[in-house]
This record gives sequence, C-alpha cells and structure tokens, in this order.
Amino acid sequence: MSVIEFERATLRMAGRVVLAAASFAIEPGEFIGVLGPNGAGKTTLMRAILGLCPPSAGAVRVFGASPRRGDPAIGYLPQVRTVLPDLRVRGRDFIASSLDGERWGLPSHGAGDARAIDATLDLVGARDLARRALSDLSGGERQRLLLAQALIGQPKLLLLDEPLISLDARHQEVAIDVVRRVCRERGVTVLFSAHELNQLIGTLDRVLYLGNGQAVLGNVDEVITAPVLSRLYGADIDVVRAGGHIFVLSRGREVEHGAHQHDHDHGHHHH
Amino acid sequence: MGRTSTTTITAIIIIDMFAYEFMTNAFAAAGIVAAVSGVVGYFLVMRGQTFAGHALSHIGFAGATGAGLIGLAPLWGLVGFTLAGGVAMGLLSERISNRDVAIGVVLALALGFGLLFLHYHTAFATQATALLFGNVLAVDRGMIATLAALGFITLAALAAIMRPLIFASLQPELAEAKGVPLRFLSTVFLAIVALAVSACAQIVGVLLVFTLMVGPPAAAQRLTTGLWSGLALAAGLALAEAWLGITIAFYSDWPVSFCIALLSAFGYFAALAAPRVRAAPAASRSPPQ
Repeated sequence: MSVIEFERATLRMAGRVVLAAASFAIEPGEFIGVLGPNGAGKTTLMRAILGLCPPSAGAVRVFGASPRRGDPAIGYLPQVRTVLPDLRVRGRDFIASSLDGERWGLPSHGAGDARAIDATLDLVGARDLARRALSDLSGGERQRLLLAQALIGQPKLLLLDEPLISLDARHQEVAIDVVRRVCRERGVTVLFSAHELNQLIGTLDRVLYLGNGQAVLGNVDEVITAPVLSRLYGADIDVVRAGGHIFVLSRGREVEHGAHQHDHDHGHHHH
Repeated sequence: MGRTSTTTITAIIIIDMFAYEFMTNAFAAAGIVAAVSGVVGYFLVMRGQTFAGHALSHIGFAGATGAGLIGLAPLWGLVGFTLAGGVAMGLLSERISNRDVAIGVVLALALGFGLLFLHYHTAFATQATALLFGNVLAVDRGMIATLAALGFITLAALAAIMRPLIFASLQPELAEAKGVPLRFLSTVFLAIVALAVSACAQIVGVLLVFTLMVGPPAAAQRLTTGLWSGLALAAGLALAEAWLGITIAFYSDWPVSFCIALLSAFGYFAALAAPRVRAAPAASRSPPQ
C-alpha cells in the first residue's frame, strides 16, 4: 500500500489552483525531495497530506485513507514558523508544548516525555540549545530544535517544509544526515522540500517536482531534464550536469540561486 | 537604622493602615484582581495580544457608561461589553484580532460611545473618573465577593484550556496540523481576558489595566524562562505592585492608580535591564529535571 496517493487531485489555495488533477504515489520508506519554484505549492501539498487543505476535486489518500488532522503517525516541520520576538521560553519547554498539546487541561509532562525529548535532542545534537531561551537562539538553532521536535513520537511519515532554510552549510549537512538515518533505519517515509537539489542528490530516492499546477514524480534522471522542467517552469530551461552536480538554468542563470533568501514569498501568505 | 526599629516602623504602618475598613477591603480586592491579572496577562503577553486586551478595556468603558444609562451596575455593563467584544474578536479569526489598525479604530469608537452615554446621563459623569482611572478605596464587601467569583471563573476557564493554548500560542502552524481548534481557543481566551479586564478595571480603571495585566507579566517573562515560575512571578509582581501602590497612596495621598502605574513601569524597566547582568550564568544553567 502506498503511503501517499494523489488521484487526479486538485488543490486550491485562496481560490487559486495550485495543483491541477495531479496523480502520483509515494511508497513506504522513500526519501522524496520536493522541489519547485516559489509558490509552486510545496506547502499546500503538505497541508493537503495533513488534512488541512482538502482537494477540491479528485482524491488524496494517506496510509490508505482520507487525511485526518492530528494524525500521530505524521511528523511535521512547518515552513512558516511563528516565533514571537520577545518570547523567553526555553527551547525544551517549546518542544514540550507540542507533546499531547491538543489535550485540554493543565500542561504536565512525565518522565517518559522527558526521555522522548532528550532522545530526539541527542539525535540532532541540540541538547545544549534546548536549555536556552528561544529568543536567544539564531534562526538556524531554532530550526534544529524544530527538526528534533518533528522526530518525536516515532512518526511513520515526515513532512519537512524547507528544513534547510537559515541553516549554515555544516548544519544543513547534519540535518540531511539525521533525516536520512531516520528514513533508512526506521523505514520512515520522508517528504523533504528544498530549493537546492544538489545537496539532496546523494540522499533522495525520487524527486517530486512541482510547477505550473503540475507534479512530476520520478528519478532524478527522469525528472531533472530540459523538457520536463521547461514544462513545469513555463520557460526555456537548460539542465547542465557537471562534476556530479546538476544546474538548472533559465537564460544562463540558475533558477533557484539565492531563492532561500526569499523564503517568505510563499507559504501561508500568498499575495 | 537598626533592623529592630525598621521592623517596628513597618509594624506601625501596617496596623495604622488596617485600622480602616476601606483599606482592608482595598487590599483584599486588589489582591484578588492582581493575581488573576498577572496570570491571564502572562498569556496575553505570550500571545502578543496586549493591544487586544487594551482595546477590550475601552469597549468595557462604553459598556459601563451604557449600563449606568439604563440603571444597571457599571460592572455588569463592563462584563457584558468586554465579553461580547472578546468573543467577536476571537471569531473574526486570529489575523483580524491581531491587526492593530482595526483594533485601534474599534477602541476609539468604543470610547466615543462611552462619551455619548455619559452625555445622556449627566448624573453619572462624576463616576467617569472612577471608571477611567479606578477607585479601589471605594470597594465594598459585596464587590469583593463579586471579584472573587469573577476571578475564580477566569482562572478555572484558563486552567481548562491552558495546555492547547500554550501549544497554539507557541506554534500555531503545528498546532493546527495536530488538530488544535485555533479559532475556538482564541475566542475562549479572549473571553477569559474580557473577564479579567472587567475585574482589573474595578481596581485601576479601564485606562490603566495595562499596569496589572501587562507590566508584571512582561517583567516576569524577562526574568524567567519557565512556565510555572513565570506565572508565579507575574502574579507575585502584580500583587506586590498593587499592595505597595495602595500603601504608598495611603501615606502620600497620591492617587492609588498612579502609584500602581509607577511601580508597574519601574518593575518592567528594571526587568529589561536585568538580563544583561545575568546573561553569562543563564547560558551555563543546569538542565531542568
């Protein structure tokens, strides 16, 4: 049984069609790199899988059923990460707030919760960070805490929306490595959206490339080609392979170059 | 000055103050309200919704003067209008209730209506100052009981939603994905704020609810990072500022609300300056277990 199945699914975001009649299936244990230009619908796709954005036509199935909000089998790292500037909450308390955070009543966390938090913090090497107040952490440090949080509770499916944004090169490697290990050792299915393909080439099993309302799923060699990407970008695209790297060019310029700097261009607030 | 003489003077001051029933009443009422304001305000500051809280108190002013016009006690007008305002803000989704301009316009409109109601009920005008700036020294036993009931309802409701409220405040995107009803929570929380504002306005007036609902919790968040220590410190600071304010007012003859406002501002700015001193030890603190 496929973990995620889109069957002629159409997704809309604020009335705009983001994905039109897209069909693809993702198998258990796959590491999928989700790529595409800003506004191509990477976030909307993940929200559909989470049950936050039901398809206006067609069907989306997760673990063989309609997606439902709050599925504990799904770990999620949202792209829009609200952090109030003056908030002096300890990183650890921040993570703890998500454990059974949907239950009513007073917050209380037992020894089991503490162990789960320690284990996940050690996995991404963020145990020291968690002692500090959130407002004292850099964007990249917060990011590592959020990645740790997404791994709590042994999810079977990980949805990571731009987890590399604001990480420096070294921590990008660490983040990719941690997710790869979780994927391989625990058989977790991973959807990992990113701007930069090359860092993920050695890790990902298949690419899900979004653009122009379409979605193409396949091996790197099948998807990252001039004809496919020209269709997805709606422009003439050249694909150049050099020294194990792949460069996607439009009129001689790299299309996603520097795109991380504009990460607020998509996500929740479409203009 | 020796320790003994200081203690003696303190004892005399306290005995002197509590010889008056209006002073014991003021301490009781201010104590209840300060603790509730500190705790509710902690979440108001955490959620970045302090301006919404300020607006609710102004909506309450229109309610209080309107209640006077039809012969009701001002408190019930305050409670009714702030509750309606809080629920409306919550239902209009988080995005609108966090929008400063929309809130500012409603706030000004509410003050305008308050003025209109005063205009048609001139006998009530003398009470306007008490509504705007508070009159804790005029609190009677009945009001204390009412404030205690209001405070109990407020804290009980807050306890019921505290866990998802913290999750939704810290990580709204993830909370939504995990099935937390954001809009419902936001609405219930603003209703809780409305009740706290109504109680708070009885002590420091609608214009100065910030002194107890924002100053102490904001100072507490600067000084501690833990949830329970933050809540306790917010309530404690609010209590200390309220009681000390009344004490200073008793001996200086300055208005109580001025004294509380002064202490609140002092507490906040002192806390702002504090982290620079303790930045180094904070980094090497041992983990919480």
